Amino acid sequence: MSDAQRNALELKDVRIDVSSHDAIISGVNLEMRRGEILGLVGESGSGKTTTALSIFGYWGRGLKLTQGQIVIGGEVMSTQQIFRSARGRLVSYVPQNPGVALNPSLRIGNAIRDMIRHERIVTTQPEEVSSMLVRVGLPGDSDFTRRYPHQLSGGQQQRVCIAASLASRPTLIVLDEPTTGLDVVTQELVLEELTRLRDKENVAMLYITHDLAVAAKIAQRIAVMYAGRVVEQGSAEEVLRKPRHPYTRGLVASTPDHLVIRPLTPLQGMAPSLRERTAGCPFAPRCPQRVDLCERELPELLEISLGHKVRCPEWNRTPSVDWTTLKARTEVESQTDVPTALKVAGLGAEYRSRGQNVVAAMDVSFSVPRGGCVALVGESGSGKTTIARVIAGLHAPVKGVIQFRGESLSGLAKHRSIEQRRGIQIVFQNPSDALNPRHSVETAIARPARLLRRMNRNDASSEVRRLLDAVRLPTSVARRYPAELSGGERQRVAIARALAAGPEILVCDEITSSLDVSVQAVVLELLRDIRTEFGLSIVFITHDLGVVATVADRVLVLENGLICEEGNTMEVMRSPKHAYTRRLLDAAPSLIAAINKWDTDEGHVD
Amino acid sequence: MVFVAIVVLLALLGPLLAPYSPIATIGIPGQAPSAAHILGLDFEGRDVLSRLLYGGRTTLFMCVVATLLTYAVGLTIGLIAGYTRSLVDSLLMRLVDVFLSLPALLVMLVMVSALGPGQFVLIFSSALVLFPGVARIVRTSTLEVSRRGYVEAATARGESTTSILRREILPNIAGPIIADLGLRFSWSLILISSVNFLGLGIAPPNPDWGLMIAENRIIISENLYAVLAPSVVIAILILGVNLVGDAFVRSLGESRGQP
Repeated sequence: MSDAQRNALELKDVRIDVSSHDAIISGVNLEMRRGEILGLVGESGSGKTTTALSIFGYWGRGLKLTQGQIVIGGEVMSTQQIFRSARGRLVSYVPQNPGVALNPSLRIGNAIRDMIRHERIVTTQPEEVSSMLVRVGLPGDSDFTRRYPHQLSGGQQQRVCIAASLASRPTLIVLDEPTTGLDVVTQELVLEELTRLRDKENVAMLYITHDLAVAAKIAQRIAVMYAGRVVEQGSAEEVLRKPRHPYTRGLVASTPDHLVIRPLTPLQGMAPSLRERTAGCPFAPRCPQRVDLCERELPELLEISLGHKVRCPEWNRTPSVDWTTLKARTEVESQTDVPTALKVAGLGAEYRSRGQNVVAAMDVSFSVPRGGCVALVGESGSGKTTIARVIAGLHAPVKGVIQFRGESLSGLAKHRSIEQRRGIQIVFQNPSDALNPRHSVETAIARPARLLRRMNRNDASSEVRRLLDAVRLPTSVARRYPAELSGGERQRVAIARALAAGPEILVCDEITSSLDVSVQAVVLELLRDIRTEFGLSIVFITHDLGVVATVADRVLVLENGLICEEGNTMEVMRSPKHAYTRRLLDAAPSLIAAINKWDTDEGHVD
Repeated sequence: MVFVAIVVLLALLGPLLAPYSPIATIGIPGQAPSAAHILGLDFEGRDVLSRLLYGGRTTLFMCVVATLLTYAVGLTIGLIAGYTRSLVDSLLMRLVDVFLSLPALLVMLVMVSALGPGQFVLIFSSALVLFPGVARIVRTSTLEVSRRGYVEAATARGESTTSILRREILPNIAGPIIADLGLRFSWSLILISSVNFLGLGIAPPNPDWGLMIAENRIIISENLYAVLAPSVVIAILILGVNLVGDAFVRSLGESRGQP
């Protein structure tokens, strides 16, 4: 077998341009062997999805392949016709959002049968369809094949998509963030399933993700993309344990991990936009170890050890990652005489969905110490967001009391006093709709100060500047509108708006879940700073255990509207008592866990 | 834009520009266009151009007032229904559905026959026919916008309902509303002109575009322009208003950008 046949995929110097001749991706070289999982890692805008779609000969409107060659399973993709014949036969696709990818009016069995038929133009036996489903760990009986997509859970839907992508026995499957919308436990199942399928079917998988911990878990090799280029590539172990490109190192240092509490060291600055990309290294402006040459000339991809390539001439100066544990915080917490800032007792809440009352919280009690940070963790549907909304007065509880400054709060914000509303502020999950697009940043931040602190125009204006400074944004941002800001910047403006009320308690509802890892690190570190600076108590809602370990002193684990475990963050992470907590922790992907595993594997070899 | 400006200007300044009185008989009925009478004379021998220039004022006035009235009612109902999302919403929307189910022209004709012809009856009845559509559009947009984070943030800091509606919701539903405004205006123009055409609106001899089309049908073979001119003006106005609405929405989207 020649090299080309042995490889499932070869991208040779691929470049894709937008109509203005700026390259979205360029000089992309990737090689994948059969039966290999390659993790393609990068943040939004890095070009990872464009790279993936180029394999299908599919680029969006106005995009053009201007250079390079794509070879799948030994066949050179030279024309659109060949691309078309390769889709399904040689390469198939698993999308990010299975709920949208499956036709809602097709039964599962028919959807898969259509895939097989489309690829092979033969009639399909029902047994064949059910064996497809069994292969991905789903029941293959007729009861299941007759269901519609909406009758399946997210994890099941994603497995149906995987089954459909396997239907034609392709050489390569491209998976675009297939577990991003799933809960950790479901994600764990899907990842295990993929690893098993890879071994059994000898199919190569290109796994696109922004999450290094997930990549560490599933991929043998990792390619890191930045600004449309591969900046580092190598075995997962080498790339993650000893990242040699400063960007990869920055990503690793920005990834929170529930096994080790350490300060995150966010990257400075932002990725350049298409137009801002210069002749030099795209990372140079953010790079702590740049030399003069970096700004003039694009570095070559150097092979520094077998299979480990880095696009940085100064790679040997990249400092190694500091994996040490930060222990200081655990000691602070042992003080028990801290006064309580917020007390929630016996809280019960419901919401109406499709004419039915759904119980979101049954009997939730906890308290937040002044200056402390309590995290509410749980999977989707555990009721955590509803609890956040109840505290903020956006959702009336059915029972229970919320005590703030010794007074019990009314269920709805409009019945609370100005002082009470001022004292509790909320920041929402989605930065894209957190700010009114018709209000400038200044208007948005000044409003709470004027309304709740009765400031006059001038005072509010200087307060806006002070707060922008506190959230590390230049004061020139005040005149801008939300559409001109990035997601991370918007979220910081939203935090500044909450701070403008001069709150004692900040409720953060999944505030980093839609942000890139490096931006998340910036926001989390910012939160830590303003917590001491403004003496805030924080209620932090999240599904990400790594984030919990980074920000919270205490953690409450929610399962179906009930608190199943509560305790000091370190203790819960190290020795979980409740079975559900253990399941969450086991399933949560972790870089440290992957590195520990590699360590012990090596131990066996020696 | 230019179309609308011209038509509106002509309608407003028309009386100043008109060469003849709109109601005076000055020649042979149905006379073809000549140098003295650019668009010829109508069925009673009146100057078509002058009638066209005068007629615009009444028509436009009625349409503008009718559209404003439609919006005053529709916007209020839509905002309240969309924002409260409760029993009030259901009640208001059922009410709107009842009005929506009535055939437009029939309602107008019934109203006119019951209350007698006249400008204000026409305005009132066309608003009655058109407001349910507005209410529905406003409600849907409001419903969507009121779930956004910035509305929730405003609720959490205890802003009053009017302040939330005015500051947070209204500016963000302006896009669909302005696009719709053009459409509603055209509808009211069509409705009012239709009723006039049927002879149940503005009483002759007062000039009105719809009325002119009706009156001059009988002389269409002698002076085509007496029918064509008002029809074309109505068509241009409708097209223009819609284009302006669309362009406005587009510029709104570009300058501030919807996420």
